[in-house]
Amino acid sequence: MMTRRTALAGAAIAALMLATPAFAQKLDLPRQKINLVAPPFVHAHEQATKAGPKIVEFRLVIEEKEMVIDEQGTKFQAMTFNGSMPGPMMVVHEGDYVEFTLVNPDTNTMAHNIDLHAATGAGGGGELTMVNPGEQVVLRFKATRTGAFVYHCAPGGPMIPWHVVSGMSGTIMVLPREGLKDGNGKPLRYDRIYYVGEHDLYVPRDDKGNFKSYPSAGDAYTDTVEVMRKLTPTHVVFNGSVGALTGKNAMEAKVGENVLIVHSQANRDSRPHIIGGHGDYVWETGKFSNRPETGLETWFVRGGSAAVAMYKFRQPGVFAYVNHNLIEAVELGAVAHFKVEGQWDDDLMTQVKAPEPIAPGKQSAVATPAHGH
Amino acid sequence: MAITLVTKLAVALAFASPLAAAPFVSEISAGRAEAPVAELVELASGTMPYRAAGEFTRAGRPVTAPLARVGVTVPLAIMKHQVAAADYRRCVDAGACKPLAAAAGAEPDRPVVGVSWRDAEAYAAWFSRVTGERWRLPTDTEWAFVAGSRFSDDGDVVDADDPSRRALARYTREAALKDDGEERGVMPFGSFGTNEHGISDLAGNVWEWTATCYVRTALDDAGAAIAATTNCGVRIAEGRHRAYVTDFVRDARAGGCAAGVPPTHLGFRLVREQATWGSWLMARITAWRAG
Ligand SMILES: [Cu+2]
Repeated sequence: MMTRRTALAGAAIAALMLATPAFAQKLDLPRQKINLVAPPFVHAHEQATKAGPKIVEFRLVIEEKEMVIDEQGTKFQAMTFNGSMPGPMMVVHEGDYVEFTLVNPDTNTMAHNIDLHAATGAGGGGELTMVNPGEQVVLRFKATRTGAFVYHCAPGGPMIPWHVVSGMSGTIMVLPREGLKDGNGKPLRYDRIYYVGEHDLYVPRDDKGNFKSYPSAGDAYTDTVEVMRKLTPTHVVFNGSVGALTGKNAMEAKVGENVLIVHSQANRDSRPHIIGGHGDYVWETGKFSNRPETGLETWFVRGGSAAVAMYKFRQPGVFAYVNHNLIEAVELGAVAHFKVEGQWDDDLMTQVKAPEPIAPGKQSAVATPAHGH
Repeated sequence: MAITLVTKLAVALAFASPLAAAPFVSEISAGRAEAPVAELVELASGTMPYRAAGEFTRAGRPVTAPLARVGVTVPLAIMKHQVAAADYRRCVDAGACKPLAAAAGAEPDRPVVGVSWRDAEAYAAWFSRVTGERWRLPTDTEWAFVAGSRFSDDGDVVDADDPSRRALARYTREAALKDDGEERGVMPFGSFGTNEHGISDLAGNVWEWTATCYVRTALDDAGAAIAATTNCGVRIAEGRHRAYVTDFVRDARAGGCAAGVPPTHLGFRLVREQATWGSWLMARITAWRAG
């Protein structure tokens, strides 16, 4: 612990020195301060804008804390941005400057930083943002590429994967200034946006097979790395715990509404699927400079990226939104639900006859072959 | 209304008449040390408004389960508490029950969870053997009767023209029954209080297996059953809401098409068959003769 802490403190000092010139530069642009909201919700934002670029300010507070990750009450030493797994989603427009304050309160025990895949240079900002407990840093970067991008903590060496699978990842979405397009120039507008952050978690077990809990993240480290190296997660969760987006917390929509679903996975591949639904427009790689694919059944999220899908619900009901590795969905937790209200469309589906006993003589699906010549 | 009987089974067995005879006694004495003590609550017979489990159709279309007045015709003796992990353990040690999955991780003095319907049946058979009494899972009707105000009616409105209505109603109802603030994990006995009959932890976070199979019933215009398909590979688990669970499943989960709220944990409690003095005597004579 001692050695690592010292090394991290050294890195932080180097980072601050490098950061100094960036503060000197003054930008004469309008500023906008955004209060972030907890996932699966996204702060209010314009889908398209006629205004010029601005400086958008965010504040991210790192919180190391114990979280319960399943119905069995398994306690997990999480590391989070703003207290949630995943960290909150930030939305800006292409050409805007993102200026965020990263705060590491002295109640934490470790150094952290942030690597934003939307940013260019210095490890996505990771080299300039290492903060020890009791420190904060301000970084500004220009949003030059459009799309949904992962951000995550990357404090160096073995700390990187461990911090990420402890919960330290989130998403930033950079919208084209003119908004989303269908690939043929037609604008696309969404009525709702949901942000599903998927995490693969690796919880050690004791010799009886029960999940172990630890007094602090540091105490969990050695055992956790052992589980991580097997590449077999014990939990795959949406929004921080099994069932977090189900029941009273199920996502809601109405028939006829366009719903934009941003799905991020900072570490491992995933394959979202709406049971009984589709992806009307899907930016599988999450990047809006590419044409969206259309009419998909399932889409692929590469580990370390965020995919964006738009779907207009056409039937009411309860729709499961799953990682279509169904073992990960049902056994490990990667299931969310949409509750969709509206009018049932008989033309799209009808139960012609409810289940009933098989009519006598019709048991066999294969007709008896005729003895013809 | 409810008569609470604390039956110390080990003591009860000490009164076994001479007719209980050698072979039976030896079985008991082997089991006596192991036989868990069950605290019982006895309920007088009675009726209640009740909607049977399963699905109902009329003229090939789904309909809401009919509400009927049903009940139990003989007094019912049921365990005040769910079966404890320590008690299940004794059955495992006796070689009569399958060991729990390591990860079930139940503490001995808390309800056993992570048990399938088949596990519960095996326990009932073993428990009957070591106590010399007849124990079994309650039927869904019996469970509803015992649960009283804790029973959750699932008569969601069925709109045959809009299957989503029922799905949404069920989902919303089941979700509303969950207390998001409650502790997760298996809680000590009594954590969910007792109902008006003095029965503990009904509709807490441990669902209880019942003997009732999954049945689809076709009704005529008058509401009388005209045909039924029974699937005993799926049994009813009762608790905060009714659940249909495959009999060999130990840990129910939601997902896929079954987008409902799954039982948090699966456990059980047993009822004791009411034995008249005559039948009790006969059972012992039979046991003696068999020896
Ligand atoms: Cu970190």
